[in-house]
Amino acid sequence: MLFSKYQAEEFFDEMFTAEGQVRPHYKSLQNRFDQLGVNEFDQKRQAVDLSFMRMGVTFTVYGDSEGTERIFPFDLVPRIIPNKEWEYLQRGLEQRITALNMFLHDIYHEQRILKEGIIPASYVLTAKHFRPEFMNCKVMRDIYIHICGTDLIRDDKGQYLVLEDNGRCPSGVSYVLENRQAMRRAFPNLFERAGVRPVDNYASDLLNTLRYVAPNGKDNPTIAVLTPGIYNSAYFEHTFLAKEMGVHIVEGGDLVVRDSKVFMRTTKGLEQVDVIYRRIDDDFLDPCVFRPDSALGIPGLVNAYRAGNVSLANAIGTGVADDKVMYYFVPRMIKFYLGQDPIIPNVPTYLATEKEDLKYMLENTAKLVVKAANEAGGYGMLIGPKATAAEVKDFQARIKAEPRNYIAQPTISLSRHPTYSDLSQMEGRHIDFRPYILYGDKIRIMPGGLTRVALKKGSLVVNSSQGGGSKDTWVLYGDE
Amino acid sequence: MLSRVANSLFWMSRYLERAENVSRIVDVNLQSLLDYKTLDDKRIKEQWEPLVNTLGDDELFRSLYKKSDSHSVTEFLTYNEENPNSILSCIISARHNARAARDQIALEMWEEVNRLYLFIRSKETKKLWQESPYDFYREIKQSSYKLQGLTSATTIHGINLEFMMMGRFLERADMTSRILDVKHRTLQDAVCGPEEDNNTMIECAAVLRSSSAYEAYQHTYVSGVAPKKVAEFLLLSDSFPRSLRFCVRTFDHFLRKMTGSDPGYFRNEAEKLSGRLLAELNYTTMNEVFAMGLHEYLDHVQLKLSDVGVAIFETYIFYQQTDLAKEIEYQKQQQSQSQSQSQSQSQSQHQTQRQKQQQ
Repeated sequence: MLFSKYQAEEFFDEMFTAEGQVRPHYKSLQNRFDQLGVNEFDQKRQAVDLSFMRMGVTFTVYGDSEGTERIFPFDLVPRIIPNKEWEYLQRGLEQRITALNMFLHDIYHEQRILKEGIIPASYVLTAKHFRPEFMNCKVMRDIYIHICGTDLIRDDKGQYLVLEDNGRCPSGVSYVLENRQAMRRAFPNLFERAGVRPVDNYASDLLNTLRYVAPNGKDNPTIAVLTPGIYNSAYFEHTFLAKEMGVHIVEGGDLVVRDSKVFMRTTKGLEQVDVIYRRIDDDFLDPCVFRPDSALGIPGLVNAYRAGNVSLANAIGTGVADDKVMYYFVPRMIKFYLGQDPIIPNVPTYLATEKEDLKYMLENTAKLVVKAANEAGGYGMLIGPKATAAEVKDFQARIKAEPRNYIAQPTISLSRHPTYSDLSQMEGRHIDFRPYILYGDKIRIMPGGLTRVALKKGSLVVNSSQGGGSKDTWVLYGDE
Repeated sequence: MLSRVANSLFWMSRYLERAENVSRIVDVNLQSLLDYKTLDDKRIKEQWEPLVNTLGDDELFRSLYKKSDSHSVTEFLTYNEENPNSILSCIISARHNARAARDQIALEMWEEVNRLYLFIRSKETKKLWQESPYDFYREIKQSSYKLQGLTSATTIHGINLEFMMMGRFLERADMTSRILDVKHRTLQDAVCGPEEDNNTMIECAAVLRSSSAYEAYQHTYVSGVAPKKVAEFLLLSDSFPRSLRFCVRTFDHFLRKMTGSDPGYFRNEAEKLSGRLLAELNYTTMNEVFAMGLHEYLDHVQLKLSDVGVAIFETYIFYQQTDLAKEIEYQKQQQSQSQSQSQSQSQSQHQTQRQKQQQ
């Protein structure tokens, strides 16, 4: 009886109501899990961990001289989303990526949204990842963000909120697919009865998305995944996607630019590449244009890109939409471009550049979550209620020194989910959710996503670099 | 196929074959120590030193260990990470290459290479090696056999298979020549020298076992172990899959598949050198080999093998390493030539925009 002692406590719990009743869409899972003893559960857990290790589903721990590889901790209790909720999320995510792509096209062309004063122009022009050198650069089909991994959370009432839009190189999708495989092996009989939607189409959807943006609508484009190399922490994912799509995985050194075209060096000579799914940040793409010391990039790539001979997914310059200050304006973008209200709301956000907001931020730092505008991975962040007085003071100084670079949000009490703890029992742990959205000939959202879980008791940080793990995410055909 | 990936497939196979051979050689040597009547420090040293000479780096060994005995040499050849040819180093390199070619090899194959790596890295395995080396080396060899089976069961016939097979057989040819070289003195003396050492038979058997050739040899010759025939079997047999001649022939076959050249003709340097070496092995007798000196002959063959390896690399894999600074310069010139007016227009538009904002 794994759940018999489980306490939802004062949080919004995904599986149980405040009264301790199991929610209808978790009912069949509970029945199955209640048949398992702790020993059996432990065995399954070890088997899953071992299989991840054997398959090399690991990430490299940076700064470790022995090149230690770890598995991304995986919790066997799946997170379940009923169809009704999923339809809501789908609508919200489609709306958001549509607005973001319109925004990016606009700021790299007419800049209507700035001219009409919807967003103060200075915010865009001073954004770290805004690339003025790509003004009026035509990108295929006007799509900037082809692959998006929006982070969602739920607050203490169960309301979904967008935490951030990852419009550069969102990672983690291979874990979604591997987690599902692992769950299938561990609980072979569970899926059929539960009515879980499959996630296996992701790679072919991604391939379709990439084909759609081939230069000049080329029929049978050559596609490659560009990776920083085998020491990158996400290398497993890069090869996984390349393999699933049946395309080449290339490093910078495999590519060369001639006559503004990109070629791969093969055993039979040079072969032209049409679309690159790049998993390298803008800064490292081309040492002629961006960081001259980058050994990962390809000299001349930007020339080929400008000439329209190669498409990059995502396009160059999407990082501006990831800026946490720009996030604040996404609801306005939705209104401006689509004439709609946002379907999934933002987390209330304060900008240090606004006088009123700044005052509030400095007076209430200890209650707020403060974030640097352009950091990711849980870095450059202060969680006020969990911080020491010295840390709070440090962040206040940083905010004052560089107001453009900081935002603050109220500390959201993230929803919790039953998670198997070190004490061999179910305990509530905070979670978030990253669905993957593909924007090509149409918008495709994988019915599932990466549910990350903060494995440390009470922790709100779900990042894998800081003690986070993941769960399989089930989107149901029905509502129970 | 990407040149880099082809190179990785080639080296993955080479390193796996090397790990297998080093395992077999060390294992056989450990076991044949038990066959001697008298075993003193001198004999032990004589037994191990040639292994270091032919499989590793003599100088490196002497800088790391005080004396050559069973422990130091097996450690050096098995677990020493500074020795690039130790079994551990070979497996690390094989996995590194497998990972770089991850999209071109089957999942099952990757899993086995990874399993082998996790096996040799684990603490329990190190204990196994200390307590029961036979089981340890057996595990390494078995894994290599399994990977060969997976290669033929899962690899698409074409360039992937060609590079993997070339790596396998080039390495195997090289290792067989080294196995013979370890005992070249015994063999040479037994054939050309006046008297026969009591231990000759033991050593001949060890040579055969080091190449998994003992049973095949008996089956072929029926007449008991004779030094000259042992050397002949491993050098010139046209049917034993580890003989030098067989390996070079197989290698040559896969090399030609890439261009479709017929035997007797060549289209590139690699084919020329490979064909020439094969012809030499096809038209050589053991009398000629021993007249030249077995060691000298093996040395000469090893050089040829190495030349073939270099030629493959230059024909199919090597590309002029781009000088980054020069490449950047070149691309910038291209850019300034092609920069159209619209570019500069947009730039100035943007600047006015920015100026407006600042006002």
